[in-house]
Amino acid sequence: MRWLRNNAIMIVAVAVVLYMLIPIAVIAAFSFNDPSGKFNFTWQGFTFEHWENAFGIPELTDALVASLQLAALSTVIATILGTMIAMALVRYEFRGRKATNLLIVIPITSPEVVIGAALLSLFVYAEVATGFVTLLLAHVMFTISFVVIVVRSRLIGFDRRLEEAARDLGADAWTTFRTVTLPLIAPGLGAAAFLAFALSLDDFVISNFNSGTTVTFPLYIFGAAQRGIPVEVNVLATMLFLLTVTAMGFTVWQQHRATKLAAVRPDEDADTGFPTAKPAGGRAAGSAA
Amino acid sequence: MRAWAQKKGIPYFLLFPGLAWLFVFFVVPMAFMFGISLYEGSLDTTFEFTWNFDNYSDSISTYDTQFLRSFLYAGIATFFCLLLAYPLAYAIAFKAGKWAPVLLFLVVAPFFTTYLIRTYAWQTILSNDSVIADVLRSLGLIDDRILKTPAAVIAGLTYNFLPFMILPIYASLEQLDKRLIEAGRDLYSSSATAFRKITLPLSMPGVIAGTLLTFIPAVGDYINATFLGNTNQAMIGNVIQSQYLITKDYPVAAALSFTMMAIIVVIVLVYIKFAGSESLMGEDRAL
Repeated sequence: MRWLRNNAIMIVAVAVVLYMLIPIAVIAAFSFNDPSGKFNFTWQGFTFEHWENAFGIPELTDALVASLQLAALSTVIATILGTMIAMALVRYEFRGRKATNLLIVIPITSPEVVIGAALLSLFVYAEVATGFVTLLLAHVMFTISFVVIVVRSRLIGFDRRLEEAARDLGADAWTTFRTVTLPLIAPGLGAAAFLAFALSLDDFVISNFNSGTTVTFPLYIFGAAQRGIPVEVNVLATMLFLLTVTAMGFTVWQQHRATKLAAVRPDEDADTGFPTAKPAGGRAAGSAA
Repeated sequence: MRAWAQKKGIPYFLLFPGLAWLFVFFVVPMAFMFGISLYEGSLDTTFEFTWNFDNYSDSISTYDTQFLRSFLYAGIATFFCLLLAYPLAYAIAFKAGKWAPVLLFLVVAPFFTTYLIRTYAWQTILSNDSVIADVLRSLGLIDDRILKTPAAVIAGLTYNFLPFMILPIYASLEQLDKRLIEAGRDLYSSSATAFRKITLPLSMPGVIAGTLLTFIPAVGDYINATFLGNTNQAMIGNVIQSQYLITKDYPVAAALSFTMMAIIVVIVLVYIKFAGSESLMGEDRAL
């Protein structure tokens, strides 16, 4: 009883986490289902058939490829543009800071259906045919804000003396950025890019309005929902999940290792008699974990 | 002079491409949508700009049920999200110890399966011959089915937006200076009082950010109502989507979008007034 009282909050926490994982377990389990009809709702029997046939539905595979291309392109553009804004916000004085912040927050706090509808209004009015390009424009737009917020939090913990040191040693601004700033903010950029990629890959609503004839993975699922979603969708979704989880697990493990190494290095440097950037290096690596 | 221009110019150079993108593909479309909401006509005839404010009164009076329903469902879902998210965020921040990264990872894990598939999975879980439906039926909590009821739609909304509530609350609890709680305890407050007077107020920015990030997308959502409900649970997002993409009655759809946006902006402004914009954007400057 006492144990129950002391651990009540952990029990609730674990229950909530399990609740969050139920649908994922269902998706994975039903990827092995062998439904008799079109609808993959009730468990009928175990089969590997759909895993073997994972890429066997051309429209589905095309949709997944389109989604991956779209996510990759929009991530690159949004990460660059968002990082530039974050740099300006953290490091410079300029007029219009409030307006800038507002312009970044409002898209995040707008319902997707409004963003999608508004963009379609523009494209209809300007007589721009919707398709892959309009999807790209839209995806970059709604991911920039997230990149700014992630990268900004990373830049705030940045020790600028490291850059000054590089400048003092004769590096020009670009070299300093490339060899000092960029490697130090790389984990933040990675996290931002990862988030942008996930958001783009997952987006349905805004794409629903601006896709024209282009079909992305979520759009395919929506289209298939009425006539029964093929089991292969479960297979691909499970694959995507496992891939991203592995990638993320690997990144976390790498950062963990980097932190450990960084924690050792200053002493070694001290032994060799080199001056070190001990507090800064330790902090930068520490906050990466 | 040149050095001055260089130095002063840098931030604008950095800001320009991103802000221009946001301006052209967010602000301008919003302005266009407002314009279109004042048009008259249909796709068959022609659309004409006539300051047709009737679109607003007509669409609101036609779809007032869906409007009310959206805000009601979103409000209930946000409440349940808060109820589930706070204990979890608290546990990750204070109790989980070395398990904290694992729990945090599991919280974001659902993001790695498509939103639509997760909702589709709930369709499976709640379907008529599912275990859950059987249990609820035998307990007498439902007469017949759970799918295609308001409860199913609200459950779906709660599920899908839960991470948006957990993460900001966790962030604010994690940043909290734990010495303040110790100080409270040293001054003989009970742990409940310490929570009520120290932890809870200091985590309010996270709670406010979380409620906004849950409530706003939930109001505009139409996936949950499509997959887990029927026309009796249609939300305003469903109406906007079908008006835009199927009926193609752009003026009415635009008026509906704008009305929803306006109501949300009012709610956000009231909230921010009361909480400070830092809860959403955080502190800007490191220097």
